[in-house]
Amino acid sequence: MKVTMRVNGVERSGDVEPRVLLVDFLRTNLRQTGTHIGCDTTSCGACTVLLDGEPVKSCTVLAVQVEGQSITTVEGLAQGATLSPMQDGFHQEHGLQCGFCTPGMMLVGTALLKRNPNPSDEEIRWAISGNICRCTGYMNIVKAIQHAANAQAKVPAGAGAVGGE
Amino acid sequence: MFPAAFDYRAPVTLDEALGLLAQRGDDAKVMAGGQSLIPLLRLRFAQPALVIDIGRLPSMAEIKRDDGHVRIGALVRHVDVERSKELAKLLPLMVEAVHWIADPLVRNRGTVVGSVCHADPQGDWGSIMLALNAEIVAQSAKGERVIPIDGFFEGPFTTTLRPDEIVTAIRIPLPSGHAGGSYHKLERKVGDFATVAVSVQVELDGRKVRKAGIGLTAVSATNIKAKKAEAALVGRELTDDVIAEAGRLAAEAAEPKDDIRGTAAYKKDVVRVFVQRGLKAALARAQEVKA
Repeated sequence: MKVTMRVNGVERSGDVEPRVLLVDFLRTNLRQTGTHIGCDTTSCGACTVLLDGEPVKSCTVLAVQVEGQSITTVEGLAQGATLSPMQDGFHQEHGLQCGFCTPGMMLVGTALLKRNPNPSDEEIRWAISGNICRCTGYMNIVKAIQHAANAQAKVPAGAGAVGGE
Repeated sequence: MFPAAFDYRAPVTLDEALGLLAQRGDDAKVMAGGQSLIPLLRLRFAQPALVIDIGRLPSMAEIKRDDGHVRIGALVRHVDVERSKELAKLLPLMVEAVHWIADPLVRNRGTVVGSVCHADPQGDWGSIMLALNAEIVAQSAKGERVIPIDGFFEGPFTTTLRPDEIVTAIRIPLPSGHAGGSYHKLERKVGDFATVAVSVQVELDGRKVRKAGIGLTAVSATNIKAKKAEAALVGRELTDDVIAEAGRLAAEAAEPKDDIRGTAAYKKDVVRVFVQRGLKAALARAQEVKA
């Protein structure tokens, strides 16, 4: 089946069997390997992408379901060599150890700040509750998202790269 | 892991979807958000020949009031319940409960109706709908029928829905006057299935209970309605003794099994405690309502 979607703002198509999962379409067909496969059982959130701006587990979406919709992956966060505020937050606050959960964490953080630019630590913890960090580095992940929230509050809305569409 | 091969259709009208089901209902699965079905396909616990994705059907994503009911369309996602100001006013039990369902990412995608139709005995919405006395609106090429939730669950992952039917909505009678509900769930971590969960909804007439609903999660082959406990509440004032008796009767109705989440005896006792806590919370909320 032919499927067409916007990935990080660019229209991409492919010919896939209906059973192909979105994460496999992104990684294998489009060679965008920033989206990770962790558990394969809808448990860990390593495969998180934004589907029309909302974080979802791309191992639990069929590629063909996304026909005509927009996906943002971790590759869509930076603008050229400039990190997005969320990426910079993870850099500054040491928000990653092994890095495996990081793409998912940053995408969830990005979507959270769009909806709630000034979240409490508690709200951040609930927002990332579907994403598992196997290094258990949650303290710094929360700090990293707060760092991004503070950075965004200092620049006028729309001036910073907040990722995708 | 990836699913076994299947045909995929994404109809854009209800008639087209019903036509497909009329022809191939026996070996087809209807998919809304896919958050239960896709994991089953991946594990190959389910291997339908055809997946009918109803995600593109129009006007099914609405929560609306319709003549004494709230109607939850087949494509209303958990997150829509979470953000619904109308449901927060009309059916706060649903908005309280939704935070306990799966995790935020799954809630962005999964649907209320899909979850009820999946009929997992450990699912949350089924017992909530039992407490709220909801009705299932099912449509086939032959017409529409309304199934009371009490007769909907047949066994684990099995309902009385026919192979040619699609559930287009769930209808929930609007509580009136001083009404309140609560959801208590014991889970090991976010996203885990319930060890035990209890839904409670009461409507008061003065100090006495006019209507009571109690639904139990994860303690039987299906979500169940604790009818004896409900009956013991109607017409009574919610004193500590009456609440304790309802807890005892609900625990009696539960038939949990020993597993890694706890022993059967433990789970029965959690039912008893949660029914008591739930009734106390529901009572306090009902009394706060400005009727």
